[in-house]
Amino acid sequence: MTSPSRPLRLSGLEPLVITPESLFVNIGERTNVTGSAQFKKLIKEDRYDEAVEVARQQVANGAQILDVNMDEGLLDSEAAMVRFLRLIASEPDIARIPVMVDSSKWSVIEAGLQCLQGKGVVNSISLKEGEEPFLDQARRILAYGAATVVMAFDEQGQADSVARRLEICERSYRLLTEKVGFPPEDIIFDSNIFPIATGIDEHADNAVNFIEAARLLRKRFPHSHVSGGVSNVSFSFRGNNMVREAIHCVFLYHAIQAGMNMGIVNAGALPIYDNLDPELRERVEDVVLNRRADATERLMEIAERFRKGARDKTADVNALAWRELPVSERLAHALVHGIDQYVVEDTEEVRKLSTRTLDVIEGPLMDGMNVVGDLFGAGKMFLPQVVKSARVMKKAVAYLLPFMEEEKKRSGEVSKPNGKIVMATVKGDVHDIGKNIVGVVLACNNFEVIDLGVMVPAQRILDTAIAEQADMIGVSGLITPSLDEMSHVAKEMARRDFHIPLLIGGATTSRAHTALRIEPHYPTACVWVKDASRAVGVAQSLVSTELVGDFLAKVRREYADVRERHKHRGGNKRLVSLVAARANGLQPDWNGYTPPAPLKPGITAFDDIPLGELLPIIDWTPFFQAWELHGRYPDNLDDPVVGAQARELFKDAQAILKRIIDEKWLRARAVVGFWPARRNGDDLEIQADGETISLHHLRQQAEKPSERPNLCLADFIAPRDAPVADWIGGFAVTAGLGIEAHLERFQRDHDDYSAIILKALADRLAEALAEYMHRKVRTELWGYAPDEELDNEALIAERYRGIRPAPGYPACPDHTEKTTLFRLLDATRNAGVELTEGFSMYPAAAVSGWYFSHPNSQYFVVGKITRDQVEDYARRKGWTIAETERWLSANLDYDPD
Amino acid sequence: MSLALPWSNPARVRRLLAALAERILVIDGAMGTMLQGHRLEEADYRGERFAAHGHDLKGNNDLLTLTRPDLIGAIHRAYLDAGADLVETNTFNATSISQADYHLQPLARELNRAGASLARACCDAAEALDPDRPRFVIGVLGPTSRTASISPNVNDPGFRNTSFEQLRQAYREAAEGLIDGGADLLMVETIFDTLNAKAALFAIGEAFAARGSRLPLMISGTITDRSGRTLSGQTAEAFHVSMAHAQPLSIGFNCALGARDLREHVEVLSRIADCAVSAHPNAGLPNAFAEYDETPEDMAAMLGEFARAGLVNFVGGCCGTTPAHIGAIAAAVAGVAPRAFAVESARSFSAAA
Repeated sequence: MTSPSRPLRLSGLEPLVITPESLFVNIGERTNVTGSAQFKKLIKEDRYDEAVEVARQQVANGAQILDVNMDEGLLDSEAAMVRFLRLIASEPDIARIPVMVDSSKWSVIEAGLQCLQGKGVVNSISLKEGEEPFLDQARRILAYGAATVVMAFDEQGQADSVARRLEICERSYRLLTEKVGFPPEDIIFDSNIFPIATGIDEHADNAVNFIEAARLLRKRFPHSHVSGGVSNVSFSFRGNNMVREAIHCVFLYHAIQAGMNMGIVNAGALPIYDNLDPELRERVEDVVLNRRADATERLMEIAERFRKGARDKTADVNALAWRELPVSERLAHALVHGIDQYVVEDTEEVRKLSTRTLDVIEGPLMDGMNVVGDLFGAGKMFLPQVVKSARVMKKAVAYLLPFMEEEKKRSGEVSKPNGKIVMATVKGDVHDIGKNIVGVVLACNNFEVIDLGVMVPAQRILDTAIAEQADMIGVSGLITPSLDEMSHVAKEMARRDFHIPLLIGGATTSRAHTALRIEPHYPTACVWVKDASRAVGVAQSLVSTELVGDFLAKVRREYADVRERHKHRGGNKRLVSLVAARANGLQPDWNGYTPPAPLKPGITAFDDIPLGELLPIIDWTPFFQAWELHGRYPDNLDDPVVGAQARELFKDAQAILKRIIDEKWLRARAVVGFWPARRNGDDLEIQADGETISLHHLRQQAEKPSERPNLCLADFIAPRDAPVADWIGGFAVTAGLGIEAHLERFQRDHDDYSAIILKALADRLAEALAEYMHRKVRTELWGYAPDEELDNEALIAERYRGIRPAPGYPACPDHTEKTTLFRLLDATRNAGVELTEGFSMYPAAAVSGWYFSHPNSQYFVVGKITRDQVEDYARRKGWTIAETERWLSANLDYDPD
Repeated sequence: MSLALPWSNPARVRRLLAALAERILVIDGAMGTMLQGHRLEEADYRGERFAAHGHDLKGNNDLLTLTRPDLIGAIHRAYLDAGADLVETNTFNATSISQADYHLQPLARELNRAGASLARACCDAAEALDPDRPRFVIGVLGPTSRTASISPNVNDPGFRNTSFEQLRQAYREAAEGLIDGGADLLMVETIFDTLNAKAALFAIGEAFAARGSRLPLMISGTITDRSGRTLSGQTAEAFHVSMAHAQPLSIGFNCALGARDLREHVEVLSRIADCAVSAHPNAGLPNAFAEYDETPEDMAAMLGEFARAGLVNFVGGCCGTTPAHIGAIAAAVAGVAPRAFAVESARSFSAAA
């Protein structure tokens, strides 16, 4: 269906869709005889095989469009263009991206267009020779099915001022759209990038003018695009690639903000703005933005220092002062700052000075980690830094291991860690970000961690603990059914006569749940660990013969108190009977309201959704929460306490995010569906594939003030006897397909830090995808809010009509309803998301739920329910009471045991 | 290209659009499979006119339009009787490029014109019997026997045995014949190389421009195997992007895969295309004897599901299908709402009409 924005759609073997939200599109410039001496040489010497390799490198380095130019006086440019395009057409890894046919000669462009099966781009046409050839060429481009670059060039010459740029582009745009019927989204303006820092005063504003023109062009022609040949801007620094790259980077940084959304660049040779040497960046910025009269001189002054080769010596001179310290201090520095660059050589240096390899670990490395631990404990260091430090530690230890094995063989001596813990995410659950962080933190503190991974059955956890003679067991989980599985682990530990402590952790766990539902089954030693920062303290208390007695006594007392309070807590929330709650349900007026029918009923699957489109709608706050950096994004970046750390984490996350997108680490899929639905009590009956399927919902039973209803999701759907037809939607999305290989790679590199960032980013992308699909549903697929315009903040704040509650979350706490949802959507086939036996989704970076469209639909918490609703629900689900109590254990207002 | 051109026959286009708004339209089924049943011999193909032709003609099915119009007409009528709303002309190979295999290049324009007028006569007769039920002639432009994007020589990936220019000329001639013969629509179909199809679209655009008016255009690609790509390597979405400039009435897939394997690709088009969507698959994948096994009931069940899932506006059959298949398919989609296609593209059509 048409989307309200009109993206530029190009294709090679695969589509390239450029939307207003897309990241900057890199057009590879190296396959251009006018821009690359190397490529020119290859073509002139008829070395086409090698020329094809240049194209391959451009694609591998992230070019999304390939610019091909054969304009060279001594070449038969038409023949060279045809031959090269035919050759790359036979290379699927090159041909997958669209081609930009670049020539100043129309005959070469036309010859090129006749070789493209996909939709490419012409570079370029202009009004240089007047309107007639311009219109004629545009008509032919349209007939060939290509987009076009329009140069800001007319009969008078090339535009250099902002006004002339706008004037020519506007005239070109009008001619193209009005006389040719050229789609505005297929027009790409190139308003001429001219060199700066040439020493000529009139050139000082060249970059500024281009940037300003870009801003105005995107504003005036929002469907069209702005591009340009970037390397031109730094022409006066020929021979000094480092300064040139810095100029490109700074220029793009500002031009992209202004609206330039594509550009011809040397894909693969663009530094990151934040990583530029600050002095160089400042002086380049002065030149690009023409901020001071002596900008060019000041850049020239320092330019020589940055000539390639001088790079390492000069740029990092201050940053490397710590390398002069004695080696043990260097190790401590590396650990505290999380720098893994020199750790192997430093470790080796210490090892050579030590009598036993183990001394290296127990000496300088543990000293360094103790500093980290102290800083962390004092709140001066944050989890991301700790995990980075652990990465350094792991690398050092990995380096030392073979030496230790060797020594062990010789001496028979065995080292003793602090303690040994077997950790696992419980059966049915795949969430392990928190568990991994705890594992890393414990490992840093010299605990031996045996991590069994995710979805681990109780039996395997316990068998491993016995086999490994573990000192403790840690279990974790995120979804509510995991709580029940943890109780099961506790019961099994009791049954099998364990005596070691059981540690409980994970987002849905709580002191109250542990006290009420887990500890009673395993009173020996059961401890809830609030977050990763507490894990070391708890573990150390448990392995210390002096501390353990008092510690456990204290915990037991605490939990007994919780149980006591729980028993007497009546009166603080009064519940009403199910009958009374139903009588006080929400009753929308179905006579004055027609529920919207979806524009696209049935199932729609989306494969390989471009992750770039999700970037603007990522809700970052939970990302920082996963790292225990609290506070709202983006305010947290300026927070006096966590700001610096949050910024650093954010920067590292951005770098990984860029690779996720550029290198397609993750594949995002989604499926949505809409079905006719009507309400039957607290159930919904929906029609799918000729079948009637029931969805079951729960109703709030808390006593409410008179004007507030006792809500149930079913209330938002028209009942059977209403005069109108109603619909419900469902969705399942994931952004985690393909994550395993990259996690494994990080783990092989002992890089938990990056692995955890990657997982947390995949989660964020999945949430953003859910938001993205919901918007698509509202505006297109269900289409009841076609004109909705909301910015990211408004999206996160859910200021739109309709909700998407997820089974297992407060408004519909029964996880097992996911089975119905997944069956309706055929979500495993259509979106690649599987349901575990514990109703957790795999890949873990996945979201699923229902769509409700009623204007009054809202999120709410079902909260506690009484035995009469449990009995009623059991009847509706066809469950026994015991089964129902098990699945709804977190919602029971009474103790079933 | 032809955005501003009026319809050649606005009244027919209005009837077509009205029918499309109302229901899923049914395209006819295979021609070749039906002809196989007649066990034709060399003499049947030659007739009197080509008795002395210096090259074997057996297998040149398009030639039968001239030499056995009775047979071709009977097949058109059988499909119309079975419930087809649209009949495809017997012109799949009627380009100078494909006819070169029989040394009959000069016949291309005539074959197309005759193919269209024969189908026109059959449709007009059917429509006369039931004036409320319009029947449309689809002028078929096949893929030709050459590929512009792929080298036939594995040792020389830069080699091509045809060019855009050759294809453009061949398609221009064929399109002119089809328009002269009275086709209601043109369909570039069984596209395995998108560049061939782009040459066809370019040629059609020229033909329309020369006449100052245009016909609605259908575009139908072929996903060759379970890799999910065209023979020239494009994904369904890339294929759509490469064709959208022609502003077709419909885009879809036909041939190679059976309905089951085609579904996901049709679904992609259904999701992204703002024009109508068509599907006319084979009766399953060929078995070991190169025969097609899917029964009318099998195929109708699957295409009926396409319809109920809101994927399509046109359904029909390709290799291995018979009037019985088309009858079953027509019954399966009867009364099912057609896929809604965007108001925008419908508007540009009716505005031009």
